[in-house]
Amino acid sequence: MTVAARPLPATRSREQRRLTEPPIVRWTLIAVAIGFLTLFLAIPLVAVFVEAFANGFGAYVSAIVEPDALAALRLTLLTAAIAVPANLLFGLCAGWAIARFQFRGKQLLISLIDLPFAVSPVISGLIFVLIAGRQGLIGPWLSEHGIRIVFDVPGVVLASVFVSLPFIAREVIPIMEAGGADEEEAARLLGAGGLQTFFRVTLPNIKWGVFYGVILCTARVIGEFGAVSVVSGRIRGLTNTLPLHVEILYNEYRFQAAFAVASILTCLALVTLIVKTVAERHLR
Amino acid sequence: MSIEVRHLVKSFGNFTALRDVSLTVPAGQLLALLGPSGSGKTTLLRVIAGLETPDSGTVLFDGDDATRRSARDRRVGFVFQHYALFRHMTVFENVAFGLRVRPRRERPSEAEIRRRVHELLELVQLEYLGDRYPSQLSGGQRQRVALARALAVEPRVLLLDEPFGALDARVRQELRRWLRRLHEQIQVTSIFVTHDQEEALELADRVVVMNEGRIEQDGTPETVVEHPATPFVMTFIGTVNVFHGRVQNGKAHLGPLAIDYPEHPSDEARQAVGYARPHELELSRFDVGEGLWATVRHVRPAGALVRIELEDPDGGPIHVELGRDRYEQLRIANGERVYVRPSNLRLFAAG
Repeated sequence: MTVAARPLPATRSREQRRLTEPPIVRWTLIAVAIGFLTLFLAIPLVAVFVEAFANGFGAYVSAIVEPDALAALRLTLLTAAIAVPANLLFGLCAGWAIARFQFRGKQLLISLIDLPFAVSPVISGLIFVLIAGRQGLIGPWLSEHGIRIVFDVPGVVLASVFVSLPFIAREVIPIMEAGGADEEEAARLLGAGGLQTFFRVTLPNIKWGVFYGVILCTARVIGEFGAVSVVSGRIRGLTNTLPLHVEILYNEYRFQAAFAVASILTCLALVTLIVKTVAERHLR
Repeated sequence: MSIEVRHLVKSFGNFTALRDVSLTVPAGQLLALLGPSGSGKTTLLRVIAGLETPDSGTVLFDGDDATRRSARDRRVGFVFQHYALFRHMTVFENVAFGLRVRPRRERPSEAEIRRRVHELLELVQLEYLGDRYPSQLSGGQRQRVALARALAVEPRVLLLDEPFGALDARVRQELRRWLRRLHEQIQVTSIFVTHDQEEALELADRVVVMNEGRIEQDGTPETVVEHPATPFVMTFIGTVNVFHGRVQNGKAHLGPLAIDYPEHPSDEARQAVGYARPHELELSRFDVGEGLWATVRHVRPAGALVRIELEDPDGGPIHVELGRDRYEQLRIANGERVYVRPSNLRLFAAG
């Protein structure tokens, strides 16, 4: 998990400067960092947009407004609209429980929250297929009752919830632990009820952390490929999310259209990055 | 309102914080819970506030059982050690919080809230800081905001956890006097927790000394200082010199000192410890028969007193306080040998 570094004090006296590395070392390190970033981040980023507009603006727009692309965008947004609130609720509950209560199995819960980070997304998707697929554990029961999970929208949503589960909880837990329970206890002693305490005292203190977690969670849900690709079945216009749609277009040699759709994801990523930076500034 | 606790027991895992604690605090009293960290004093305070549930025992407010009542319903004013001010609210909103969260029917009007908050800020002499945030205040100011916030709900009891612990010495002195005056003004039953004996003795009507989850002594500041009930209280309050030895046949033998001890007339020897305050030791240049000698290591004049540090033959320190007159009579210097005789010695024989 990234933790924003506290900016160093800006005072740089002559003595301090003398303590740093010689110029050659400094410039080499900076050059390596910038070179690496250019090679692996900046060039691909620019390439996405160059390729997207390779056949002109008209082709770009038509690739995006194509019904299958719009359906993929809709499904991606729908998935995010379900998965993020679900994980927000879970993250707040888990964060509260872990930071405020002592209970048996607390360490296990903390480890379990990290599980989606540790498991390969493809395996995560596979788990859902093995459980709810036609030959799966509860598959026969589900099909008897006419419930479709795998190769349908519910499967996409479930897989997305699974892979993005740790983000909000991971942000909330350390902030709540660091803040301590004093303010909440003070609120209770002053006569505040549970909800009043949460909305007037707890939430204002953790809001930037929650916001940060929501941003990361959203980014992950929108960009998720591996888990979703296993459970979705890639039915065009039905169970395709944006990342899957990009792959299909690419496999059909429609490079310009693939990059045009990819540019939407890239833009979402850039917006996320900006919002994240703002949130981080308020957080620390 | 009076507070009574009966037979409180509370443990956290393997650690027992309270072992059968009973205490009655009459209405209007200012009581200090004094003890080292881990003595259970803060736990006792939190049980009274309703922030902890005791494993057994009862808490009574004015004779009514409040043990199962939630913290929210106890109408207890609580000042946290680190104040626990709401970081994202101004001073004004912090103080107003207790009024704003009341159910609509009981909530005062906005104008009434303003009036009350200003009144309280005036009481704690911070009326000009209402718009500031807690992070913009000094420690002493935060402490007073915390107090104003606690008083806003018109508590029946005021509980303070190490109220001056996080402040520097000068501010602490000032706030102590101020709190004493405030208590005289508002007369609400108050309990404060402290590990600082000076604070407890100066501020409280009554001092309860706690150690390892039990009450060691309960009395006025004078009693606790002049008549310590247990060796723990003796050593915890003030500087004290300790003399180890034994009692037998109505006599106590502590090194070369022999003192009458009629409480133990039997010929069975028992371990005993004698305690004497620095001002209860007399020095002379010549052996007057009891023969405990020591070497002068350090002489520190302190106003009307002179503090002298001695080293006994085994290398242990002995602290002595002499009046300046007596010191000038003696004219002792570092490295010289002096004879020590206690004018008052408290003896505790092993049970």
